Amino acid sequence: MRMSMILLRNGRIIDPVNNIDRQGDLIISEGSIHEIGEPGTLQLPDPAGATFDLSGKWVVPGLIDMHVHLREPGEEYKETVASGTKAAVAGGFTAIACMPNTSPVNDSEAVTSLILKKAEQTKMARVYPVGAVSKNSQGTELAEYGEMKQAGIVALSDDGRPVANSQLMRRALEYSSSHNLLLISHSEEMSLSENGAMNEGALSTRLGLRGIPHIAEEIMVYRDIALADYLELPIHIAHISTKETVDLIRRAKKNGSLVTSETTPHYFSLTEKAIDQYDTRAKMNPPLRTTEDMEAIREGLRDGTIDAIATDHAPHSNMEKDLEFQLAANGIIGLETSVPLTMNLVRENILTPAQMITLMSVRPAHILGVKGGSLAEKVTADVTVIDPEKEFVYSTASIVSKSSNSPFLDWKMQGKAVLTIVGGDIVFNELD
Amino acid sequence: MEMETEYSFRHKHILGLENLSTDDISFILQTAESFREISTRPIKKVPILRGKTIINLFFEPSTRTRLSFEIAAKRMSADTFNISASTSSATKGETLVDTAMNLQAMNPDAIILRHSHSGSPHLLTKHINASIINAGDGFHEHPSQGLLDLMTVKQKKGTIKGLKIAIIGDISHSRVAHSNIIGFSKMGAQVFVSGPATLLPPGIEQLGATACRSTEEAIADADVVMALRIQKERQLDPLFPSLREYAKFFGITNKSLEKSKPDAIIMHPGPINRGVELDPAIADGPRSVILEQVTNGVAVRMALLYLILGGSE
Repeated sequence: MRMSMILLRNGRIIDPVNNIDRQGDLIISEGSIHEIGEPGTLQLPDPAGATFDLSGKWVVPGLIDMHVHLREPGEEYKETVASGTKAAVAGGFTAIACMPNTSPVNDSEAVTSLILKKAEQTKMARVYPVGAVSKNSQGTELAEYGEMKQAGIVALSDDGRPVANSQLMRRALEYSSSHNLLLISHSEEMSLSENGAMNEGALSTRLGLRGIPHIAEEIMVYRDIALADYLELPIHIAHISTKETVDLIRRAKKNGSLVTSETTPHYFSLTEKAIDQYDTRAKMNPPLRTTEDMEAIREGLRDGTIDAIATDHAPHSNMEKDLEFQLAANGIIGLETSVPLTMNLVRENILTPAQMITLMSVRPAHILGVKGGSLAEKVTADVTVIDPEKEFVYSTASIVSKSSNSPFLDWKMQGKAVLTIVGGDIVFNELD
Repeated sequence: MEMETEYSFRHKHILGLENLSTDDISFILQTAESFREISTRPIKKVPILRGKTIINLFFEPSTRTRLSFEIAAKRMSADTFNISASTSSATKGETLVDTAMNLQAMNPDAIILRHSHSGSPHLLTKHINASIINAGDGFHEHPSQGLLDLMTVKQKKGTIKGLKIAIIGDISHSRVAHSNIIGFSKMGAQVFVSGPATLLPPGIEQLGATACRSTEEAIADADVVMALRIQKERQLDPLFPSLREYAKFFGITNKSLEKSKPDAIIMHPGPINRGVELDPAIADGPRSVILEQVTNGVAVRMALLYLILGGSE
C-alpha cells in the first residue's frame, strides 16, 4: 500500500548503527525516513497519510536475510520469487539474498535478470541474487562474475555444492575480488560427509543412520580461512553449526582475518534430538548438532564472533520430505520463524535487542554491501515493526511460504513482525 | 507366571528392542517358549490367528527371516502374502508411503517390513493402521532376531543376567548387533563388542556395550560369543583390506576362543561366510547353537504375531 506519508508513533526505535534505542516517533515520506522525534511530538502535515500507534512495539531497520532459497526458476512447486518474498515480509524481512542452486543454476546474467524481474513484479521484499562460484556449480570452471554483477548479483556461492577443489576456491576468491564481490562459502568436506544423514555420534549410532562428523565442516572452514588469509581477502562462511567452527572463526578474527559468518535459528534453537523418531523435518545440511555445539553458537552470537543470523530458508514439498530419513531432502523453511526464535535469545538475556538487530539487519547489509541497516534521516525507508510480546502458534494454516517443512510446526512462539515497510510502501500489516 | 498381575502387553508395533521394557521382553520370551511345542506336533497348526491377514513386505533379499515369519504366521492359521523388492512397485518408482497406503487399502492386520533404510517402519506407522513388525531396518534394529538370540541364550544358560556376551565383527552396519546390545544389556548381561576399529561406531557405549580394541579382550571369560556376518559387498569401502586379512585377525577360531569360558556358546545370525568371520569347525562344532537360533526364530515370531494381533481378542 503506497502512502504519501506514514507516521510510526510511540514505538521503541532501535537503530544500533546510530546508537539509538529509545521511544520516539518516526515519519516516512516519499520512500525515505523523513524525521525522527520525541515520542508523541510529530504530526503528519498531510491527512492522507497513515498513523500507527506503536506503544510497546519495536521500530527497527528492515531485517535482511542473507541466505534464502527461492527455488525459482525450476522448482516453482516448492516456492517462487513471489511466494518467497511474501513469506519474507510476513517474517519481517525487507530484503533477502537468494542462493543460486536453482534449475538452471544462477550462473548467468539471464537467470539473475529473470529473478530480479520476478521480484520487481511482486514488489514485496527486495531480492539480492547470489551468483554461482562455478559454472553450473560443478566446481570445475569459474562462472561469469562480471556479467552477473552487471545484472545485479551481490555475492557468489556454490551453496549446497561445496567447492571441493582448493585451487578453484583460490581462483574464485581472487577473481571475485576483481569484481568486488563477496564469496560465501558452504564449507563442507564432502569425502567425510557424503551419504551422511545426521550428525555423527551416539545418536546416529542408535538410530542406525550414517553420520556427518562435525570435522567435515571444520576442516573446510579452516581451509577457507587459510585461503582468504593467504590472499588477504574477505570470505563469508555460511550456516555454521559447530563449536569448533565458532572457535576457529573467533581465533581468525582475533588474528586479523577478514572472515565473517552466519548461523541460523535452528542451530541455536535445536539439537540433533529433534530428529527423535526419524522426523525428516529436522533433516538439514549441516545437520543439527549437540547441546554443546548449540551453546557455542549462542556464545558466538553473544560475543560477536558470528556476524549474522540468516535462515537458510529451504522449501521442500512432501514429495521430498515424506520419505525414508536417508532419502529425504535436506533443509527447512525459516523466514517466518526467525524473529520469534531470535527473540528467545533476547528473552534469555543472551542478546540485547540492539544485538539482535545488528545480527539481522546491520551486519547483513554491510557484509553484502547493500542498502539498509539504518534508520537515519534521508535513508530509504526499509522498516520493520516487531511486537515483542505477540504470541502465536506456528501452524501450517498460517504459513505464507508455499512449503511447510519446518521442525517448529505447532510451536508456541512469542515475538512477531507486525508491520513491514519496503521503500516507504507497506507490504505487510498485521497490526491489530 | 512370575509377572505382576497388572502386566499386559500393550504394543501395537514391534519397531525395536529400544521400545520394549524388560517386562515386555520377558513376557515375549515366555510366550515364545509356550509356542515352541506347536512346531513339533505332527499337525503343526493352531487356529489362533485364523482370518488375520499378514503381509511380508521385503525390500531386501531374505531367506531365513521371511520364511520364519511366514511359517510362524501359517502355523497360527493367518493368511500370509509375500511382496519382495523384485516384484514390488519400488522398481517402478513408487514411494514407500504410497506402497504402504495401497496395502493398507486392502486392510491387512500386520505388515512385516524389511527395508535397507533405518526408520522405514517408523515412517509406515505414521501413515497406516496395520501393525508394523520391523524385520530389519538399515543399520538400526532387527528386533525379532534380538529376541530369538535372547531366547536361545536363556535356554542354554538358564538366565541372561550376569552373563558376559561378546559380539565380534561389523558393529557399525549390523542391526542384529544393535538389537542384541540393547536387549542383552537391558536384561542384565554385560555386552562387549570388538572388531576392526573401522567397524565400531561412535557412542556404542550409550547403547549399552563396552567397546574393546582387541577381540581377545572382548572374548575373555565370555559366556556367549557371537560372530556377525561380514557383508562381502562392503569390500568396496576401505573398511578393511581383504576378507583374508579379516579372517586372520578378527575371525572366530578355536584359538580366539581359548580365553572364553569353557562352556561358552557360539552364535551367528546367518548367513555365515564360512572361513571369514567364523571357522567352519566352530560353526559345525558342539558349542555352536546356530541352528537352534533358527528354530527359536519361529517361536519368537509366533509370539510376536500372537501378542500384537491375537492377544487382545
